[in-house]
Amino acid sequence: MAHRDYSMLGADAKRAVETGLAAAEWYHTDIPRKQMKDLMRRDDGPAIRDTIILFGSMVALAGIGIALWPSIWSLPFWLAYGVLYGSAMDSRWHECSHGTAFKTRWMNDVIYQIASFCMVRNPHAWRWSHTRHHTDTIIVGRDPEIAIMRPPEFARLIANFFGLVDAWNGWIRMLYNATGRVHPEEASYIPEAEQHKVIRVARIWVVIYASVIALAFAMGSILPLMVIGLPRLYGAWHHVMTGLLQHGGLADNVIDHRLNSRTVYMNPISRFIYWNMNYHVEHHMFPMVPYHRLPELHEAVKHDLPLPNSSIAQAFAEMWPALRRQLKNEDFFLKRDLPATAKPYREDFHHAALGTAAE
Amino acid sequence: MPWIDACATDDIETEDLIRFDHDGRTFAIYRSPDDEFFCTDGLCTHEQVHLADGLVMDYEIECPKHNATFDYRTGEAKRAPACVNLNTYPVRTEGGRVLIEV
Repeated sequence: MAHRDYSMLGADAKRAVETGLAAAEWYHTDIPRKQMKDLMRRDDGPAIRDTIILFGSMVALAGIGIALWPSIWSLPFWLAYGVLYGSAMDSRWHECSHGTAFKTRWMNDVIYQIASFCMVRNPHAWRWSHTRHHTDTIIVGRDPEIAIMRPPEFARLIANFFGLVDAWNGWIRMLYNATGRVHPEEASYIPEAEQHKVIRVARIWVVIYASVIALAFAMGSILPLMVIGLPRLYGAWHHVMTGLLQHGGLADNVIDHRLNSRTVYMNPISRFIYWNMNYHVEHHMFPMVPYHRLPELHEAVKHDLPLPNSSIAQAFAEMWPALRRQLKNEDFFLKRDLPATAKPYREDFHHAALGTAAE
Repeated sequence: MPWIDACATDDIETEDLIRFDHDGRTFAIYRSPDDEFFCTDGLCTHEQVHLADGLVMDYEIECPKHNATFDYRTGEAKRAPACVNLNTYPVRTEGGRVLIEV
């Protein structure tokens, strides 16, 4: 059984480069160019509509929460506000980092900055980490965004439902960057010319957080932190729930997104919060397609993809036992069946990984 | 430098591009919204992905892998993760053909 080294500077990182797993050419389902061009086409309308709904809801919910504070009756409003702050902002961060949410670039950039702040992800550092995630999806030692490492650390996964690891790490890294330093792991994927931007944003955020904390002290109340900062913790659960399903329990070190990514049918509210990233195989195969066209992309390629999970609960029922088995056997993973209409997996290409698939 | 007959003008839709391989090199040939033709290197300067699978919007080409964008008239990198400009090449049309000087 191989022990995995997830460091960007470790032995697996070196091996991925040497064996050609890094920056490899990935499998894509064939789609006619004309159809693909249509699917990739940008549009401001859907994201403007969704952003008005999102920010309007946040203002209303936080306003009611403040009005009812400190009554227990404010709690449901804070919980709903928290999900929009600590989870919906995750998908906005993601889509805007691709530049696909809006047609107009400045709109993408503004929402990207706001969402990055809410999620405590430095917008410059994480732009580059997500670029690497798309180049080397779930390649050990290369992908800095592997949410579930093997063997899985269940305490960490569960703590993250309350943001306790990721948000804490984000704030620690913010303070680190604000001192004028970029971590060596960050430096492995952020070009030198971009690194000063990481530091500048971290310093701006420190000023914002210091102001909110100062206001909380002045008021003698945590109320300001209920609006800014704490929702990253008490509202994180939804983005962690959906995020773990993206790749959890599936293959690593393969170059076919059908093997390492999961598409899950979800309810409309979760899809609004998640901005359709439940179509995750499709997103990784064709990251240029905006979130609002992913259902159409799904229809166009589903003949070539494993059957989607039917719900969040059904996907967890599939994933969680697989993670438990990975505690004892790091090499265990779920190999999902393809429909008869699909092009088969390249068994020769993925021999090392596929040799230990679940039966 | 020699002029190379690359394709017919009708081979490229308006506001689109095609891939053109020649002499071991790969190029991207564009047709702008105003029916002008341009030519750049065919691979993104970020991670060597073929731009021909990308999206042309006005005068920009967006890489299909990481959404880096370039102005295909000048080759200028406009959006990260691309930091290095594309090389551009002269183009002319003649008798319904697109010729590039490479």
